[in-house]
Amino acid sequence: MLDNTNPLIELRDVKKHFGSKKILQGIDLKVNKGESLVIIGGSGTGKSVTLKCILGLLKPTSGEILYDGQRIDHLSLRKREDVNSKIGMLFQGGALFDSLSIWENISFGALAKKQVTQSTAKKLAIECLEKVGLDPLVANSYPSELSGGMQKRAGLARAIATNPEVILFDEPTTGLDPIMANVINDLIISVTKDLGSSAITITHDMNSALKIADRVAMLWDGRIIWQGTSQDVENTDNPYIQQFYQGCADGPIDWAKKKF
Amino acid sequence: MSAMSKQRKNIFYVFLVVVATIGKVVISFLESMGKFAVFLTNLLLSIVIPPYYPRQIVSQFMEIGYFSLPVVALTTVFAGMVLALQIRSGMGSMSSESLVAPIVSIGILRELSPVLAGLMVAGRVGASMAAELGTMKVTEQVDALVTLSTNPMKYLIRPRVIAGTIALPLLIIIGDIIGVLGGYLVSIYRLHMNIGLYLQATLSNLVMLDLSIGIVKGLCFGFIITVLSCYHGLSSSGGAKGVGKATTNAVVASSISILFCNYIVTGFMV
Ligand SMILES: Nc1ncnc2c1ncn2[C@@H]1O[C@H](COP(=O)(O)OP(=O)(O)O)[C@@H](O)[C@H]1O
Ligand SMILES: [Mg+2]
Repeated sequence: MLDNTNPLIELRDVKKHFGSKKILQGIDLKVNKGESLVIIGGSGTGKSVTLKCILGLLKPTSGEILYDGQRIDHLSLRKREDVNSKIGMLFQGGALFDSLSIWENISFGALAKKQVTQSTAKKLAIECLEKVGLDPLVANSYPSELSGGMQKRAGLARAIATNPEVILFDEPTTGLDPIMANVINDLIISVTKDLGSSAITITHDMNSALKIADRVAMLWDGRIIWQGTSQDVENTDNPYIQQFYQGCADGPIDWAKKKF
Repeated sequence: MSAMSKQRKNIFYVFLVVVATIGKVVISFLESMGKFAVFLTNLLLSIVIPPYYPRQIVSQFMEIGYFSLPVVALTTVFAGMVLALQIRSGMGSMSSESLVAPIVSIGILRELSPVLAGLMVAGRVGASMAAELGTMKVTEQVDALVTLSTNPMKYLIRPRVIAGTIALPLLIIIGDIIGVLGGYLVSIYRLHMNIGLYLQATLSNLVMLDLSIGIVKGLCFGFIITVLSCYHGLSSSGGAKGVGKATTNAVVASSISILFCNYIVTGFMV
């Protein structure tokens, strides 16, 4: 396993309950600088909730979240903005602003942080479009005019436009054809390598996990039940990982027992 | 004996269910009032903190003010017309220029123009605002704003509230003019009254209070409609159905609230 002494993001015993639903029951997780962590786990296990807790969009019921050694789980909204300006997020559904054109979407964060001026914003957007392999001509289109794959790429362009230290990807390849999924995987690898950013990627696509990950963590029943490198995933005899890897219906992960 | 106690048990059970239901309703009411109070406090606390997003304010002003002009003009012109007819019919031979003209302008300026403009804007703008914000909420666009260092309260809500609070008084002033004009047209062309006398009766009876009531009501209604619609929009959850529910709630809540507020303002000012 990798050396975890100097983590950029650390979750300590994070719990999140919605009423009587106990979604996260004590997550312990570390992400080092420049590391690519992939979280796998079935749908509805709280993967998106974990990311939202890191971003401060949801408040953990208990536990600590640290960024660069500082507690960030109880910050005021204004201090929160400073932390969030170092984090980029690709949402599961893209979450592009549908009232703004693609280039306005991409340069939105950089404009908000005054990293660019109104006049250079479009140039930045076009650079980012090129990085994710989109034609600069789509800059003036609106999100609803793009296909699903193109929206994912535009969302990716928006996430990297502010040069974040960490990028969070929520199911970047779900709902895409296998070829487009691979394109997105490569994009994630290249943008994290280019920017030197850390990344947390959520997926339930094992191929994509093995491709992107320096380290894989498995979320099950509100806890991280296993962590290891991509190679460990293939060699481990952990029955949960085995089952997830092979996609069998039989095994310790019993969907029928889990109430959604 | 045992049948009797069984019956008592049943009655007791029904009683418990009733109490529990009432309790649930009361608690959920208090809970939503509390959430709304938090929302309003956050909005008011943020009111002086930049950035102000002038482009958002202008585009919302166009949406709320400019594009509501046709409906407000149509409703107030018909209200003025029908008012003149009714006064003539209700007052019979007593109704001269000096009676119809001031009643039309008092009715329009103080009540009909503010209330009609308020209800029209509540229906038009309240619904679209709640639907737009609700969709942004359920598609995580609101979350995305936060991750892009932008406070949704300042970027989405405040421009709408400012634009609405400015736009409604202006709409009401325009509604005043058009409504009085409607009454004038019916009085002159249908009821064949004297132009000179009618105009003189209209102008000489106007007081500042007639106008200022409308403006105060406009400020209140504009604030109420936008705040309630934004609140309901942003608290939607659960996909398209949730957005639909939020839209209905926004329109119902703002309509009722402005009618209630209308009475309060009138009570204070006259
Ligand atoms: N804001 C919320 N309120 C109540 N329940 C929620 C909320 N967000 C998520 N949940 C619940 O948490 C569970 C996990 O959700 P999520 O993290 O989106 O799953 P996934 O692992 O597929 O991303 C789901 O059962 C969902 O219903
Ligand atoms: Mg998810």
